[in-house]
Amino acid sequence: MATIQPLREETMIINMGPQHPSTHGVLRLVLELDGEYVVSCRPVLGYLHTGIEKNTEYRTWQQGVTFVTRADYLSPFFNELGYCLAVERLLGIEAPPRAQVIRVMTNELTRIASHLLWLATTGLELGAISIMLYAWREREVILRIFEMITGLRMNHAYIRVGGVVMDLPEGASEQVRDFLDVMPGRLHEYEELLTGNPIWRQRTEGVGHVPGDELVALGVTGPMLRAAGIDWDLRKQLPYCGYETYDFDVPLRTAGDCFARYEVRIEEIRQSLRIVEQCLDRLEPGPVMVEDPKLRWPAELSVGPDGIGNSERYVRHIMEESMEALINHFKIVTQGFQVPAGEVYQAVESPRGELGYYVVSNGGNRPYRMHIRGPSFVNLQATPRMVEGGLVADVVASVASIDPVMGDADR
Amino acid sequence: MSETYYQSYGIVVALLIGGVGLVAVAFGAARVVAPRRQLPEKLTTYECGIDPVGEGWSQSQIRYYIYAFLFVIFDVESVFLFPWATTFERLGMQAVVEMGIFVFILALGLLYAYRKKVLEWV
Amino acid sequence: MIVLGFFLTAPMGIGYMEHKVLAHMQHRLGPMEAGGFHGWAQLVADGVKFIQKEDIIPKAADSWVFTLAPAVVMVPYIAIFAVIPFGRTLWAENLDIGIFYVLAITAISVIGILMAGWASANKFSLIGALRAAAQLIAYELPLILASVAVVMQAGTLSLVGISEAQHHYWYIFTQPVGFFIFIVASLAELTRPPFDMPIADSEIIFGAYTEYTGLKFAFFLLAEYGGIVAFSAIASVLFLGGYQGIPVIGHLIPGFFWMSGKVGALAFFIIWLRATYPRLREDQLQRFAWVALIPLALADIMVTGVVKVLVK
Repeated sequence: MATIQPLREETMIINMGPQHPSTHGVLRLVLELDGEYVVSCRPVLGYLHTGIEKNTEYRTWQQGVTFVTRADYLSPFFNELGYCLAVERLLGIEAPPRAQVIRVMTNELTRIASHLLWLATTGLELGAISIMLYAWREREVILRIFEMITGLRMNHAYIRVGGVVMDLPEGASEQVRDFLDVMPGRLHEYEELLTGNPIWRQRTEGVGHVPGDELVALGVTGPMLRAAGIDWDLRKQLPYCGYETYDFDVPLRTAGDCFARYEVRIEEIRQSLRIVEQCLDRLEPGPVMVEDPKLRWPAELSVGPDGIGNSERYVRHIMEESMEALINHFKIVTQGFQVPAGEVYQAVESPRGELGYYVVSNGGNRPYRMHIRGPSFVNLQATPRMVEGGLVADVVASVASIDPVMGDADR
Repeated sequence: MSETYYQSYGIVVALLIGGVGLVAVAFGAARVVAPRRQLPEKLTTYECGIDPVGEGWSQSQIRYYIYAFLFVIFDVESVFLFPWATTFERLGMQAVVEMGIFVFILALGLLYAYRKKVLEWV
Repeated sequence: MIVLGFFLTAPMGIGYMEHKVLAHMQHRLGPMEAGGFHGWAQLVADGVKFIQKEDIIPKAADSWVFTLAPAVVMVPYIAIFAVIPFGRTLWAENLDIGIFYVLAITAISVIGILMAGWASANKFSLIGALRAAAQLIAYELPLILASVAVVMQAGTLSLVGISEAQHHYWYIFTQPVGFFIFIVASLAELTRPPFDMPIADSEIIFGAYTEYTGLKFAFFLLAEYGGIVAFSAIASVLFLGGYQGIPVIGHLIPGFFWMSGKVGALAFFIIWLRATYPRLREDQLQRFAWVALIPLALADIMVTGVVKVLVK
C-alpha cells in the first residue's frame, strides 16, 4: 500500500574530490549541502601518501634529499633546504657563503614559481582562464632557469648537505637577470587583469574569511596568516641562510579573505624579485660545498648534453689518477657519513607557510626518524572553518586560497 | 487571412521536424559507429571517483523560490507589454501614462521586496 | 534545408573562431594540425571523434529523458533561424510576432538542461540544473524587457520589420542601455562566461552535462555555439540594423555580408569576454539581474515610450 512520505528536511552529501577538477590533485572534501549552502565539510586526506618520511629512514643522509624534494613538488628547493639545514645543524656545519646565496636565490625563484602556479590555478578555478596561461608562461621561464642550473625542472636534489651539488653554470646569472627585467611588467599585467576586475573582486572579497586569532589557533602559517594581519614570516622571525642580511618587506593585509591572500601573494612575488636581485649582486666566487672530504659529496657534477652527470675530469681523476679518491668516492656514496646523535627541528618559510623538518639521529649513517611539518596539511585544517555556511562556489575559491599541495599534505 | 497566418508557421513546423530528424539520424549513425562495451564500473554515477553516497535524486533546497515568484509576476507583465508596444504610438500619451502606472506598481513591488531584504539568496 | 545546413556549419565557424581567438589572446597558437592550414578542420575532426565515442548512459539515469535532453536543448536553436533575416529577402519565414517567437522558443532549451540534469541522477548534474533554472529566472526578464524597448521604437514585432525600421540609424544609438542589457542577458542565457555557473567545470564538474559522452555531449556543445550565432544574430537585428549597411557605402555590399559581419563581431565580443572575466556566482547574478538590470530595463521602456510620443 502506498504511503505518503512525510515531508523531510534532507541534506545532500556530496563528495568533492578526489577526482575533481579543482581540488589540487586528490583532496577529498565530503560536503553536506543544503541547497547550495555548505552545512558541514570534512576534508579527507591520504590519497597521495608516498611514504617519504618513512623511506628516508632506510637511506643515507645524502639520499634523503632526493626523497624530500618530492614532498611539496611545487616548491622542491624549500624541501631540500629545510632538510639540509636540519642535517647541517646536527653535524654542526654551515654551508659556504656562495652556497648560501645560491640557496636563497633558488628558493626565492621557487617562491615566485609557486605563487605563479597558485595564481594560474586559482584563476582557472574561478573561471579566469587567461591568467592561467599568462602565469604559466612566466613560470616556464623560471623552470628553464632551474633546468639550466640543476638539469631538472623539478625534483632537483640540488641543495645537498654541506652546500649545493654544483656551481651555477655559465650564463645562469644573466638568465636570472633577464627574468628580473621582464617580471615586474608581467606582474603589472596580472594586476591590470585581476585586481580591478569587478567579478574577480566579487568572487574573492569577503570569501573564506577567517580572523587572525583563529588562524593562529589552527596553526595556519604563510600567506594565509599574513593576509589576516599577523606578521609572521620565518625569514624575519627565525632567519636562516642569512636572510636577516637581505633587504625585503613582509607584505601584510588585514582583511583575511581570499582577495587579501591574492594581494599578499602578488606582493610576495615582488619582494622575492628584490631578494633575487640582491643575491645576484652578492654572488662572489668561492666554494659551493664544505671542504671536509668526509662529508662532501665526492663527485663533481656538471650538466652535460645528456643531462646532469659526473664531469669527465672527475671520472678520469678517480679512475686513472688516484686510488684514494676512488676509495673515498666509493665509501661516501655507498655508506654515506655519520651524523652525531641528537634531534633538531628546522623550519623554513615555504610559499605555503612553515615547512619544518624534525630530524632525529642515533649516530648512524641514516636518519633514525624524520618528520615533515607540511604547511599544506596544517593549513587545510582551516577548510571547514572557511567554507561552512558558504556556497559551493566559494568552496572552490576558499580551498584555492589555501594553496594546498597534496604531496606536502600526505607525504 | 487566417489561412496564410497558419501557413506562415509551416516552415517553423518543417524546421522542427527537420531538427528532430537531424537528431534522430545523428543518434542512429552514432549507434552504428560507436563501440558499446558496457561494464558495471563504467555505468556507475560519477562522483569524483568515490561510490556515490545515497541516490542522485536526493532532496535539494531551492533557495531562490522568491525570485521565481517575482519572475512569474513580471513575466505576465511582459506579455502585456508586447501588444502595447506595437500600438501605443497610435494611442498617444494616454497609453504611455497608463502603462507607466502599471509598470510603476510592479516596480513598487520590486522595491518592496528589495527593502524587505528578500532579494537575498537565503 | 538551407537553414539546417546553416545551423550545422555556422557554429563550427564560431567554434573555430573561439579556439583561435582565445588562443591568441592567451599567447598560444590553438589548433594547428588538422586540415593543414591553421587547423581549420579541427572541429570536423572533433565531430567525427564524437560520433565514434561510446555512448554511456549511467545505470542510475532515466535513460529516456537522458537521451531526449540533448535534442530538446538543440532543436529550439534550429527553429530560431527560421525567422532571422540575413538579407532584405533572405529569410525562411517572416513571422509577424518574430521577436516574441524567438524569445519564447529559446527558453525551451533551458527545459532541456533541466531534463539533462535531473535524468543523470548525479548530484553535480542536479546542482547544475538548478543553477540553470535560477539563471533562467534571472536573465529572461531583462532579455524580454530590452527587446520590448526596441519593439516600441520600431512599432512591429517582425524581425524583418525591425531591420527595415533601422534604415536611417541603428537602434544601438537610441537604445544603448537596451543593448547592454540584452547582451548581458544573452550571455546568461547561453551560459557563457562570466555567467557559466550551470556548467562551471571547476565547481560542479560540468553541471548538467557531467554524465554525457560522445554525440550527446557534442550536441550540447553544438547548441552552445549555435546559440552564440543565434543570439548574435538577434542582437544584430534588434540593435545593429541587421542586414542594413552603414549609410554611404551600405548598398555596395549585399545585406548578407553586413549581417554576417555583425554576427561575427558580436560573437568575437562574446569570446573576448570569456578570455577576460572570471565566473560570477549564481546569487550574484540573481542580485545583479533584479537590482540592476530589471529596474534599468523598466526605466528604459518608460523613457522610450515618453520620448517616442513626444517626438511624434
